[in-house]
Amino acid sequence: MSLATGRAGLSPVSISRLDKLGVVTTLIALAGLFLQPFMLFRANRIVLGDPLELWQSLPAFVWVPTLGVILAGIGLTLVKTPRTVRLSAGVAVLALLAVVVGVSASYLTPEGDSFARVSPGGGFWILIFAFALSVTDSVARLRLGPVPRVLALAAVGVVLAAILYSGLWSDLSILKEYAGRANSFWQQVQVHLVLALGSMAAAAVFGIPLGIVSYRIVRVRAAILNALNIVQTIPSMAMFGLLIAPMAWVGATIPGAAELGIGGIGVAPAFLALFAYSLLPVVSNTVVGLDTVPREPNDAARGVGMTDLQRLVRIEMPLAFPVILTGIRIVLVQNIGLTVIAGLIGGGGLGTFVFQGISQTAMDLVLLGAIPAVAMAFAAAIVLDAGVELSRPKGAGAQR
Amino acid sequence: MIEIDGLTKVYDTTTVVDDVSLSVEAGEVAAVVGTSGSGKTTLLRMINRLVEPTSGTVRIEGRDNREVAPYELRRHIGYAIQGHGLFPHHTVGRNIGTVPKLLGWDKQKIAARVDELLDLFQLDPAHFRDRMPHELSGGQKQRVGVARALAAGPSLLLMDEPFGALDPIIRAKAQDDLLDIQRRLGTTIVLVTHDMDEAIKLGNRIAVMDEGKLLQYARPQDIIAKPATDFVEALLASGERAFRMLSLTHVDELVEPGAADGEPIAGTASLREAYALLLWTRRDALPVIRNGEIIGRVTRAALDDKAAAPQ
Repeated sequence: MSLATGRAGLSPVSISRLDKLGVVTTLIALAGLFLQPFMLFRANRIVLGDPLELWQSLPAFVWVPTLGVILAGIGLTLVKTPRTVRLSAGVAVLALLAVVVGVSASYLTPEGDSFARVSPGGGFWILIFAFALSVTDSVARLRLGPVPRVLALAAVGVVLAAILYSGLWSDLSILKEYAGRANSFWQQVQVHLVLALGSMAAAAVFGIPLGIVSYRIVRVRAAILNALNIVQTIPSMAMFGLLIAPMAWVGATIPGAAELGIGGIGVAPAFLALFAYSLLPVVSNTVVGLDTVPREPNDAARGVGMTDLQRLVRIEMPLAFPVILTGIRIVLVQNIGLTVIAGLIGGGGLGTFVFQGISQTAMDLVLLGAIPAVAMAFAAAIVLDAGVELSRPKGAGAQR
Repeated sequence: MIEIDGLTKVYDTTTVVDDVSLSVEAGEVAAVVGTSGSGKTTLLRMINRLVEPTSGTVRIEGRDNREVAPYELRRHIGYAIQGHGLFPHHTVGRNIGTVPKLLGWDKQKIAARVDELLDLFQLDPAHFRDRMPHELSGGQKQRVGVARALAAGPSLLLMDEPFGALDPIIRAKAQDDLLDIQRRLGTTIVLVTHDMDEAIKLGNRIAVMDEGKLLQYARPQDIIAKPATDFVEALLASGERAFRMLSLTHVDELVEPGAADGEPIAGTASLREAYALLLWTRRDALPVIRNGEIIGRVTRAALDDKAAAPQ
C-alpha cells in the first residue's frame, strides 16, 4: 500500500517515504532536543540543578555544528534510507553525543571548583535513547550473525574504555563520584560478578540434573516445577527478608558457619536468594529442551544399543543444549539485575552505590551503581544469545 | 536363523501382537506386511527388545534373545527406521561409526569401515564423510541410515518402513540397492512395510498381519496364488494379481528359441515389463537380449500361461 501512494508521487516527501520507526525516533529526539535540558549544573552534589539547553552548555563553535549533525541524523532516520546509512548516521550521532557531553562538562565546570557537579540532563538521555533505538533497529534489520554481533559489542566496549581512559568524561558528575571511591567501585563490581555468575553456576550444577530427573520421572516433574514456580513468585525484597531469620539461625548455631560469613545479612543470604530464583529457568528449560528432542534420533539411539546414560550424554543433552543455554541466559541477565537488590541486605555489589545514593539523594551515585549493572546485563545478553545461536545444530529444524 | 515362538504383547487390555510364530532362514528376507495398527512394528521391536514381550520367545541363531542385556543384544543387530533417524548433530561418518564405537573398535578400524560402507552405498567417502545429515538429500540420508545399521557387520538387520519417506523413483532404486547388498553380504533381514508391492519385491517370504495376528506366512507366489483369508486377498488388490504373479519372474526363465521382430527386451527384466511392452507395441513375441546378443524370444502365449492362477 505504501508502494501505491509512493508511485503516485503527489509530493516529494509523501507519507510513504517516511520510515515508520523513524517517525517515532524523530519525535523522541526532537522532544529531547527542545523540551528537556541537555545538561544540569549544580553548585554541589545534593542541591537541585540548573537546567541548561544545548546552546547554553557549549561554546557556539561546538553547539552549532553539533546541532547540525543531530538534525541531519534525524533527517536520515526519518525518511527511508538504506540500512547501512541509517546505522552509520545513528552511530555517528551517538559518538558525537558521547564526545560533546564530556566537552560540555569541562566547559561548564568553573576552574578549580571541586564542589560543582555537571551531569547530563534529560535531553541528553532522551537523545541517546532515540538514536540507540534507531541503531538497534538497523542492526536487527542487518541480521548480523552471532560472531559479528559479539565483535560489535567488543568494539563498543573498547571505545567506551578508551573514552574513560582518555579523561574526556572526567568532569562529569558520575565520574567525580567514581574518582572518590575507585577502589571500592571495582571491589563491588567484583562482588557483583561473583554473586551473579556464582549463583548462575550453582543453579546450573544443581538445576540441570534436577531437570533431567524431572524429565525422566514424570511423577516428580509437577512437584519440582510447582515448588520452583512458587519460589519465583516471591518478590525479591520479600525473599531477602524471609532469609534473614533462618540464615541468622544457621550462622548462630552451626559451628563454623559464622566464620564462613553465613548470617542473616550479607553475601550468603544474597547468594542463596539468587540461587533460588535461578533454579526455575534452568530446570524448566532442561525439561523442555529434553522434551523437544525429536523421536527418531532417540529411537535410533536405543535401537543401535546405547545405554540410557550414553543416550543422555551423546544424543539428548547435545540436542537439548541450545534450550538449556537459553535458560542460563535468562538466569544470568536476571541475576545481574537482582544482585543490585542484594545491596540492601549488605550483600555488596553495585547495589551498594544505588542504595547509598538514594539515602543521600545523590542521583549521580545511584547512576554509578545502575549504569554498570545495566551495561553488564546487556553485554551478557548479547554474548549468550550468540552462544545459543552458535550451539543450535543447523538444519535440526528440518529433521523429519 | 530367527525363530519366533508364540510371541504376544499386551498393553493394558489390548493385545497388540497375538501369539505369533514364524521363522526366518539365514540369509533370507522376511517382509512383514499389514495396515497401521496391525502389530507389525511391535513384532519387529520385540526381536531386538525395544519392546519386551508379554509372553513367547525369540531365538536368534539358536540363542534366546533374553540371554544378554538389551543394549548388548542391539549392538549386534542392525536397526534402520523410517525417516532414517540420523543423529542431526553428528557427521555422516560419526553416524555410521556409532555401533563400532559402542563396541570399542579402535579409531582407524572405524574410519576404514566408514569409508568401506560409504563406498558400498555409492557415496564418495571424501565428499560425504564430514557432511552433516541436513546437507544430504532424502535418498542419501536413507542410505546413510542403512549403512549405520550395517556398520558392525550384523548377521541380522531389522528395518521399519525404511523406504517410507522416499519418492517412488528413489524408492525403487533404494530397494534394488538393498537387495544387491543383501545378496552380497548374506544378511538376514526382517523388514516391516505397509506396501504389498515392496513386500513382493523384497521378501523371500511374506508375513501378513492384521489386528496382531499372523494371517499367512509364505513365499510371494503362494501368497498371490492362494491368499489365506479375505484380508490377505484385499491387501493384494486382486485386480492386480496376474500382474503381481508376472512381476515375480524374470524374462530369462521363459526364453524359448526362435526369432521375433522389433525392439528387444532385456533378460533381466520382469515378465510384467515384457507383457506391458507386448501390449503397447501390439506384438505377440519379443526378442530377448542378453549382454548385447539376441538369445531367443518370449511369447505372449507363454506369458498368458504364467499369469494365470495355478491349477
